[in-house]
Amino acid sequence: MTALTPVLPETPQGGTPGKGPTTATRKSRRFTYGKRGLEPWLYLAPAFIVLIALLGYPIFQLINVSLYDYRQAQVSGKAPLNFVGLENYQKLFADPQFWTVLGNTVVFATACVVFTLLVGSSLAVLATRLRPWVRSMLFVVSLGAWATPAVTGSAVWLFLFEPTLGLVNKTLVAIGLTQFEGYSWTYDKWSAFGLVASEVVWCSFPFVLVTVYAGIQAIPTEVIEAARIDGASMPRIARSIMLPMLRPIVIVVTIQSIIWNFKIFSQIYIMTNGGGIAGQNLVLNVYGYQQAFAASLYGLGSALGVIMTALLMVITLVYLRILKRTGEAL
Amino acid sequence: MTAVDVASVPRRKTPTDAPQKLRKQGKRRFGADAAAIIIALIVAFPLFWMVLSALKPKTALDAGDAAPYTLEPSLDSFGRVLGVNNFGQYFLNSVIVALVVVVLSTVLAFLAAVALTRYNFKMRTKLLIIILVSQMVPVEALTIPLFFLLRNAGEAIPLVGLNQLGSLVLVHVGFSIPFAIWMLRGFVAAVPLEVEEAARLDGASSFRFVRSILFPLVAPGVVACSVFSFISTWNDFLFAKTFIISAQENQTLPMALLTFFKPDQNDWGAIMAGSVIMTIPVLIFFVSVQRKLVSGLAGAVKG
Repeated sequence: MTALTPVLPETPQGGTPGKGPTTATRKSRRFTYGKRGLEPWLYLAPAFIVLIALLGYPIFQLINVSLYDYRQAQVSGKAPLNFVGLENYQKLFADPQFWTVLGNTVVFATACVVFTLLVGSSLAVLATRLRPWVRSMLFVVSLGAWATPAVTGSAVWLFLFEPTLGLVNKTLVAIGLTQFEGYSWTYDKWSAFGLVASEVVWCSFPFVLVTVYAGIQAIPTEVIEAARIDGASMPRIARSIMLPMLRPIVIVVTIQSIIWNFKIFSQIYIMTNGGGIAGQNLVLNVYGYQQAFAASLYGLGSALGVIMTALLMVITLVYLRILKRTGEAL
Repeated sequence: MTAVDVASVPRRKTPTDAPQKLRKQGKRRFGADAAAIIIALIVAFPLFWMVLSALKPKTALDAGDAAPYTLEPSLDSFGRVLGVNNFGQYFLNSVIVALVVVVLSTVLAFLAAVALTRYNFKMRTKLLIIILVSQMVPVEALTIPLFFLLRNAGEAIPLVGLNQLGSLVLVHVGFSIPFAIWMLRGFVAAVPLEVEEAARLDGASSFRFVRSILFPLVAPGVVACSVFSFISTWNDFLFAKTFIISAQENQTLPMALLTFFKPDQNDWGAIMAGSVIMTIPVLIFFVSVQRKLVSGLAGAVKG
């Protein structure tokens, strides 16, 4: 099974150099006895039954409902179900608000991803050069931000940026910027998105920091030493050795961030009070939820869910593509 | 997979210890340290402000007191939060749901991870891709079909129907499993084959090996990974809001917190106090598993 080769020879296997079997034997000896008939399926069964019931079936139903005119009357059984085919999708594609929301989602999520990655990975590099106690401090506070539930994180940030009582406006006014007296950060569309994005970056950069830092630490010292003995400069080592070795980690972190940030719901919902003034801060996820549960347009809401899923599937495919090209196997 | 100690001394040391170089390095290091301390303070600030505001008296908060300290700390805000009808019940509900989800999803994901890392069978790669893809399905989009699914399921098994804690447990187990499998693979794969062979030579059945040898060996990592299931369940307010419609006694903590958001006048003291109460359990969980978590993440991304 060459497709399943666990790692490329040059990929670090943290902590095993010297005592583990060589790469060649590793390849052939990753699994104990190869195929063992039904055994793996017995271990898989419980998880997969749950997944089929609670993910597979709902996804199927989501697509199904999106093809019907499904409203409150149909839910309670007062009106007959009406198959409308792709009408819900046509309605969405013809609605300018849908395109605005899609645009919002892409811009907002991309900004979150970019800043999360920038902050997280620069801090990871910085962390390698710190005194131990400073590094511990940085990690502990980052874990604190990471551990903060989305609901409470949103509440705290909202409080800090409160128009009249918030610390930020008070401070800005105190240093002479009087135009911030009673300034509402959530009134303007982009300042509201900026505020939510700051909160998102604050609570999601620690994942990048911790993962990339762990990746840097896993690069065997021997490799770096060898390069140094061969006369490689530090920038050269960073570019030619550390970056390629970190690539798989960077890809995974990037894709996870994309997925998490495109799926942001709580922060938008709480901080902009359900999508902002006149829905200016709606993203796909919140929009679909509002259509379904606030407007009782379940069919339309489901169609939005399908579009959202399709969008993320495309990203997944791109991800698998990249993984394949870099030679990383699952 | 070496455990990465976040506080460990950096591994790379310059072999040449020329005093001049040391001094230069020391200076640069000081700059990095200073920058890191400032960043750490900024990152910690919202949390500090949360705790501080929870302790400030209501009059000070309503007057917009911006002082970074309080001379008369009071527990009034906590009192108002705890005085909310059923607050203890909400807290208990959240704890029950989160713990049941953590245990169930971790056990199921661990077994699946065993199959996917220690056996080589035809569908293996396909299943891994399915798991990866299912991680990417936006759970919020599935609220609608799940709502109907649970409404129907409730007619057959009342325990998992709408308005029941069981409904929350069920959906969160489903959503936690894919990422948990993904994370646990690294830990399960790290146990050397020799251990398994030795166990088999000694006559242990496959299940016996998994239960009595493999599980204890990877248990610390498994616990660390369960923090993700814990967080997503603990934080959720969408499903709680959607599925628990009429049975207020089955509501969870985030929803209780949201009751303090009033359109005209937010009770910020109570919101902050509630936030503190809600953050503490996650923080304790996180800090106690952090070391294992770091190595787990490194293992998960390397496969």
